[in-house]
Amino acid sequence: MDWILAPWPWYVSGPLIAFVMFLLLLVGKNFGMSANFRTLCTLCGANKKARFFDFDWKSQRWNLVVALGAIVGGYIGAHFLSNDNAVILNPDTTEELHTYGFESAGNAYTPNELFDMKAFNTPKTLFILLVSGLLIGFGTRYAGGCTSGHTISGLSNLQIASLIATIGFFIGGLIMIYFIFPLLF
Amino acid sequence: MRVLIYFGIGILFGIVMYKSEAASWFRIYEMFTFGSFHMYGIIGTALIVGILGVQLLKVKKVKTMQGNSINFKPKEKRVPRYLFGGIIFGLGWALAGACPGPIYVLLGAGYFPILVVVLGALLGTYFYGYFRDKLPH
Repeated sequence: MDWILAPWPWYVSGPLIAFVMFLLLLVGKNFGMSANFRTLCTLCGANKKARFFDFDWKSQRWNLVVALGAIVGGYIGAHFLSNDNAVILNPDTTEELHTYGFESAGNAYTPNELFDMKAFNTPKTLFILLVSGLLIGFGTRYAGGCTSGHTISGLSNLQIASLIATIGFFIGGLIMIYFIFPLLF
Repeated sequence: MRVLIYFGIGILFGIVMYKSEAASWFRIYEMFTFGSFHMYGIIGTALIVGILGVQLLKVKKVKTMQGNSINFKPKEKRVPRYLFGGIIFGLGWALAGACPGPIYVLLGAGYFPILVVVLGALLGTYFYGYFRDKLPH
């Protein structure tokens, strides 16, 4: 059982992600987690404001169920399948993060500095989380997919568009880490 | 019955995301600073298995559970939307340390400030839908 409770190595995790994609294809669906944001917007009444949200949202109910499953999966993974949630990083990365003020690097799953309940009382953290969400929501719909839809599904199907999107993901990520992080933290 | 299948697939996905540490903000930072092979290994092996599997499904003309042809959605042959949209998403991915899948996973794992990211993502999606006709695609 120890191997289940320890972090799963990349060579187990990667193929399992592909397996999830195959399962969805075999039940007639496509792997893509960000599409749920559009469905949720429509459920909140956005279809009255913009044509983009005026679509057959019921055809996307299955994806909301997958997302709900992912929430439950996260709960199971964290509470029943882990001894120690700390993520062991490259020591250089840990040190780098400590100098940025992320003291929890090396001792936690996600930074306490961002995802601890104290975040709700810290304006700067709330701002960072909100802006990151805005970029994710806007960018995924603009690009027509996220990591699951483009980097995994699209590239598996050898789509040039998904390669362009994935290159874009990395350009954006590198700009954030190398140019914007030093200003933020 | 179908609902249970989708729910089960979601649970499996959530567990894999959590246990692979792909849902960890730290791992995303480490990936973008090239500190570890871990995330590249996950994406790389998912792709090798994914590409081979998709080819196999196509060659063998495998049908879906409902008996239909598998719906491989071809993407449009355009550049601006994928590049610009991709860059914008990448900025958010690195800052939140989570892409949409892990966002749900972290919520389940009990990191409730991720709800602020969800709120932002819904607003961002709304803004995209609102300004869609004015954006270069």
